[in-house]
Amino acid sequence: MSAPAPSVDRIVIVGASLAGLRAAETVRAEGFGGHLTLIGDEPHEPYDRPPLSKQVLTGWIPAGGTALPGRRPLDAQWRLGVAATGLDLERKEVALADGDRVPFDRVLIATGTRARRWPNPEEAALDGVLGVRRREDGAQLRERLAAGPRRVLVIGGGFAGSEIASACRELDLPVTLAEAGRAPLVNALGHAIGGVAAGIQRDHGVDLRCGVTVVSLESDPGGAVRGALLSDGDRVAADVVVVALGAVRNVEWLDGSGLAVGPRGVACDAGCRAFDANGVTTDDVFVAGDVARFPHPLYAYQLIALEHWDNAVAQAEVAAHNMVCPAPQRRPHLPVPAFWSTQFGVNIKSVGIPSFSDSLMVTQGSMAERRFVAAFGYRGRITAAVAFDEGKWLDFYDERIREAAPFPPRFAVSHRPGEDRTFPAEFPDPYTPSHSPTVQLTGHQPSERRALRLPAAQ
Amino acid sequence: MRIVVDLNRCQGYAQCCFLAPDVFRMQGEEALVYLPNPEDDHAAEVRRAAVACPVQAILVEGPGLVEGPVSAA
Amino acid sequence: MADSTVFQQVLDPAARADPYPLYARLRERPVWHEPDGSFVVTRYRDVAALLHDPRLSSEPPGGPDVPENERSFLFLDPPEHDRQRRQANRHFGPPHTPRRIHDMSPLLHRHVDDLLDGLAGHDRIDVVDDVAYPFPVTVICDVLGVPREDEPLFHPWADAMVAALDPAPDEDPEQVRRHTLEARREMSEYLVALARRRAAGDDDGSMFSGLVRTQEPQWRMTPQQQIRTAVLLLVAGHETTVNLLANGMLTLLRHPDVLDRLRDEPDLAAPMVEELLRYEPPVQLLVRRTLDEVEVAGTVLPQGARLHLALAAANRDPDRFADPDRFVPDRPDNQHLGFGSGIHSCFGAPLARLEVQVGLTLMAQRLVAPRLAEDPPPYRPNALLRGPRHLPVTVDGVRPAAG
Repeated sequence: MSAPAPSVDRIVIVGASLAGLRAAETVRAEGFGGHLTLIGDEPHEPYDRPPLSKQVLTGWIPAGGTALPGRRPLDAQWRLGVAATGLDLERKEVALADGDRVPFDRVLIATGTRARRWPNPEEAALDGVLGVRRREDGAQLRERLAAGPRRVLVIGGGFAGSEIASACRELDLPVTLAEAGRAPLVNALGHAIGGVAAGIQRDHGVDLRCGVTVVSLESDPGGAVRGALLSDGDRVAADVVVVALGAVRNVEWLDGSGLAVGPRGVACDAGCRAFDANGVTTDDVFVAGDVARFPHPLYAYQLIALEHWDNAVAQAEVAAHNMVCPAPQRRPHLPVPAFWSTQFGVNIKSVGIPSFSDSLMVTQGSMAERRFVAAFGYRGRITAAVAFDEGKWLDFYDERIREAAPFPPRFAVSHRPGEDRTFPAEFPDPYTPSHSPTVQLTGHQPSERRALRLPAAQ
Repeated sequence: MRIVVDLNRCQGYAQCCFLAPDVFRMQGEEALVYLPNPEDDHAAEVRRAAVACPVQAILVEGPGLVEGPVSAA
Repeated sequence: MADSTVFQQVLDPAARADPYPLYARLRERPVWHEPDGSFVVTRYRDVAALLHDPRLSSEPPGGPDVPENERSFLFLDPPEHDRQRRQANRHFGPPHTPRRIHDMSPLLHRHVDDLLDGLAGHDRIDVVDDVAYPFPVTVICDVLGVPREDEPLFHPWADAMVAALDPAPDEDPEQVRRHTLEARREMSEYLVALARRRAAGDDDGSMFSGLVRTQEPQWRMTPQQQIRTAVLLLVAGHETTVNLLANGMLTLLRHPDVLDRLRDEPDLAAPMVEELLRYEPPVQLLVRRTLDEVEVAGTVLPQGARLHLALAAANRDPDRFADPDRFVPDRPDNQHLGFGSGIHSCFGAPLARLEVQVGLTLMAQRLVAPRLAEDPPPYRPNALLRGPRHLPVTVDGVRPAAG
């Protein structure tokens, strides 16, 4: 006779942003009546981050004005402004920075990411060098932009960097964007579409430098940044420098926990249960959001880490459901990843994972007109689609991706682009140092004892 | 009042912008930006915008009401 | 003679008063192949997917009788559809004209109040003839900047245009066609003259004035396109809104508890109109044509097939809507297809919505003890654009306008 399943009376959610909040709501919506605790290192109720690189910077809304709505009352204990410093799986406790230990029956890790800092600490500390991830960063950067700098230098041409450059141009500020790749957005969307993005940026007056990195930041005698030296020998004078070099997973606090933790996040199964360091699924530890790496059948079961708003919500809901439901009712998290960015008046949307591809084809519209849908394929199956101001069509491609429909798609549409050809999808090699990946494809052998940790730089 | 729009569901129909132009704005043909925490005197307009959204992408929490999609999926 | 198909029965005027049991039967199969070669799609999931399918065309099949450069964007595909719709929208809505419709609210209230004032002392009214029909025509004329004294010209023109879209089964199609072409010609001539006036400097800030006075090449429509667009707004903005108002009032009169609620809670109007769009959509069916083979729920539609998307059936699909045949004015999660979806979703929706919210709320507030005099009322024969021809209502009086 087997022992009855242990009861779940205490749920602790580490991370009080979008994923944490939605998980908490889901847990209550599914009837969990026990003790619920949310722990967040920021001293704020959950707030939405995307506006911090857009309408906060243009001054339409204050940085503090992005509080997230709740979907229901939570009856939860909130521990805000205190970081989690450790996870003890033996004693089933979360250790906090203030010395407290919070016991749990089940725990959800939703600690997300933070902005990668400028690698040179002295230069990073210069007055005028900023990142954008947190509310305070948004407020600071807005203050700097409102003061009318002579020039802004944005380092990194991913989605965040491009949106920030867009906000600068909306404010009619001179802005230089330095991107190591051949074009902006190349890590997420590839070189062909990156080329379109480059054209849009230049047309809006961005001083776009591609194929260059920033070698060093230079300061004036007072300790304020005054410019940068680029790898091509050029110097850019700027009194505000925004570092938009992507995100770092908040996993340091899990060192020594015994979980499968690495720089690319916490590995978990398709039901959001974390793997331990040997690759065995734990019972009571769950992961959701930016910090999770999960396997996806549509993408050859590779472990995927997504920094998408949509994924934070959907995965949090699956994890929360699985935390409280009986075992036969567990659900997998099998999203078709979806992403959006608004910049320079263009609505860029994607479904699927564009970098998981060997070819692409413009199926609707035209890249020359900067309104199009492009489908991506891998070995004859469609894996993604990207739309520039053609978002109403993406439901169709979402369905084709779910069905693993053939690529190239050979269907007649009214808006035939000039040529009916596919061309190779070129993405930067993910193993060379790059800026701001939004999707990381990793392979992870379950037989590995422990993921290799790179030295923690920031 | 607190609002969040699921901008993945959003396809740029802009019905919200017609109904509450102080809170929802289009930047370009399809890109929506909005005030996440508007003043309560916009409550009626914002609620109308939420019910009119053809893809039910707007979640509103305000004085006495929670309106919007049941789940993000 | 063969039994008529379920779809043919839907189109038969005998079904007009309550086609919903037939729509329920239609939903038993996801796809029907009709004797005339066309197909009918009935379920929510499939209809919604097809409205986002680039393999479908909105252009008339096999050689249009109106050349492309004279067709309004309703019957165009991308890229020309997208271009004209954006150009029209420049003077109608966001991002360039975000407040036009929003700021019309007081004007809409006044129009309805004026119409209701005219009914003071009556104990029997016709909601269609007295309110639902004149109100939208007036509003579209406002939007387009048609002088008030010329408004009466537009009623018979609008009627004739709609007859062409969905002719009654017993009318001689050739006669209908001639009548329509004549109405189109007369309306166009009127608008050409109005356009000349606006372009010459008599700018009244209306949408039509904006259209004709636009200079930038990427925003400028050809004079022909300007006229076609104005005609489209008149035709599409008239019949559909009339029907939404009339169907709406009929539904409220059949659900007097909701009518009472609306009287005391004007905030109910917004979600209620969305529920009306689901429950009694004024546009019951959309027509498309396949540009390629399209698989729908296991059936492969051939290229060039004519396709009916049964919005009215999809809107009551129990797989999508709980208790779909119940009218629930504050129904949550109401992602209906009453305004269509995708790139052809109703252009005038913001205006229609506002008109119907205002119209129904003021009728609820000002009509004293309204009762249906005839249930069901007599219906127009049109199956696609469905609504009562008359809606006779007895009342104990009409309250004066507030404030």
